[in-house]
Amino acid sequence: MLYNEPSPLEVRVLTRRFGLPNSAHIDTYLGTDGYKAFAKALDMTQEQIIEEVKASGLRGRGGAGFPTGMKWGFVPRQSPKPKYIVVNADESEPGTCKDRLLIENDPHQLIEGVLIAALAVGATRGWIYIRGEYRYLIDIMDKALAEAYARGYLGQNILGRGFHFDLYTHTGAGAYECGEESALLESLEGKRGVPRIRPPFPAVSGAFQSPTILNNVETFCAVPPILLDGAAKFAAYGTPKNGGTRLFCLSGHVNKPGVYELPMGFNLLRMINEVGGGMRGGKKLKAVIPGGSSCPVLKAEECDLPMDFDSLMKAKSMLGSGGVVVMDETTDMVKAALRIMKFYAHESCGWCIPCREGTTWLKKLLSRLDEGRGTRADIDLVGDLSKNMLGRTFCPLGDAAAMPTISFVEKFRDEFEAKVARYAAAAGSAEPRLISLAQ
Amino acid sequence: MKFSPELDKKLNDLLTRYPEGRQRGALIPMLMFAQDEVGAITKELINEVARRCGVTPLQVDEVVGYYSMMHKKPLGKHHVQVCTNISCLLVGGEELYEHACKKLGIGHKEVTQDGQFSLEEVECMGACSWAPAIQIGYDFHHNVTPERFDQLIDALKKVQ
Repeated sequence: MLYNEPSPLEVRVLTRRFGLPNSAHIDTYLGTDGYKAFAKALDMTQEQIIEEVKASGLRGRGGAGFPTGMKWGFVPRQSPKPKYIVVNADESEPGTCKDRLLIENDPHQLIEGVLIAALAVGATRGWIYIRGEYRYLIDIMDKALAEAYARGYLGQNILGRGFHFDLYTHTGAGAYECGEESALLESLEGKRGVPRIRPPFPAVSGAFQSPTILNNVETFCAVPPILLDGAAKFAAYGTPKNGGTRLFCLSGHVNKPGVYELPMGFNLLRMINEVGGGMRGGKKLKAVIPGGSSCPVLKAEECDLPMDFDSLMKAKSMLGSGGVVVMDETTDMVKAALRIMKFYAHESCGWCIPCREGTTWLKKLLSRLDEGRGTRADIDLVGDLSKNMLGRTFCPLGDAAAMPTISFVEKFRDEFEAKVARYAAAAGSAEPRLISLAQ
Repeated sequence: MKFSPELDKKLNDLLTRYPEGRQRGALIPMLMFAQDEVGAITKELINEVARRCGVTPLQVDEVVGYYSMMHKKPLGKHHVQVCTNISCLLVGGEELYEHACKKLGIGHKEVTQDGQFSLEEVECMGACSWAPAIQIGYDFHHNVTPERFDQLIDALKKVQ
């Protein structure tokens, strides 16, 4: 099912079957070039498959944007250990709701992408790790897997070509941290979702300590179109080094929020105005979080830029997971920063101290500032504390909490100061006071 | 511990999905599917899952403590989850949550006296483009206004 009207500006590559009647069924899939890319891959060497993915310019859609072909190339194919494929469908980055649609509307495209990855490294088993809240997707996926087994696309001696591969769903149980690859692997093994120290990376020692390809749902879903239509065609949708299209999740203060498949490098202002139908109620744009809540916020004047990994990095933010959160002039930026920090404090796994303590204290400080009981020193402390978390945690959750916070304080310091000043004026003193902490 | 034949079959099937000797992989899915039938993660359930996966009850218990969807106490028959994270917050998620508290007469992680409803303010559930969003049990509801919320709750009350 589609939850918003498509936009005429979309370039539908991964979402080409969305809206077809019975789009999740294998017959619909087979009737629209389904499993043809896999058949093609069966006649290619492992090197050829990996080279094709490299040539497409596909970069990881989970958030980090690491080149997919290169990641696959790191798997030691000669290792005597079994090789595994893991699909990260633990979509939990605030602002992101695209993997849900890919599984709901076209589960076989994901299966085919996984099969091609399995061929590329000689994998024998795979798991689709789906967040616990997405239970209905487990049902949809299990049904699609059963169809694929019944038609001989999974299991023993696939299509009579001597290739064996088993694929299963695996449910998460409510933990943002498990979207981080090494924490996900711990969770897959039946443990708490605590990240592993890396290296070794999953390509060498992943699921059950075996070489593993671990990618986001959207990344795997891009693979069948790449093999079917050719890497060059896929690359050409995007910009140099940022191949293909991407599912952008527009949310917040726009007239037509929704998930839209657009070419990489699509201009952000154009996305808001032409795809998203402009700002709600004719209000002015204040800021955009361009790739999920972990990404530093952009001020309105910074938003005239192409949405690709490199342009966002140049703007000192990130393309992340494609969650574009649009905020208008009425948005209380202190409150927004606080809500985001409450999330990270809740989701920090507690394994390492800078993250566990840092997020908790930042939450307390931001609460105090939001309630108008903060001081100017608190504003500096929020910035300093965040900067001290950067790069000092086992996994990127600490950075994910710190980066947006630093940007909120630096870019909207006037709003933090206004809240402090309002209270100070009411109390008749501008001096910092010692006050008890909230909660 | 006795399960329905369907759940028993499901749990046995889960054990076959992981490499030989690594059956602990089935632990979290087992707990999640069993919780749905049992209503909570009870001590008996922990012991049973430990036995089936070949680990100690303590190893199961430490996993239960980590995941936010695992509950040791029963939830309401209808578990209402309201998202107030950033995308929902911008379009009325917080107001919707406050409305939900009033409508149901309970707060965060509380259960109504008749056991019919429980409420939870949750983190991002993956419905950001169709916010504000709620889940009742595993069912998603998008673009929920306070009026729509009342309709959904009243419809569930009528069925009882």
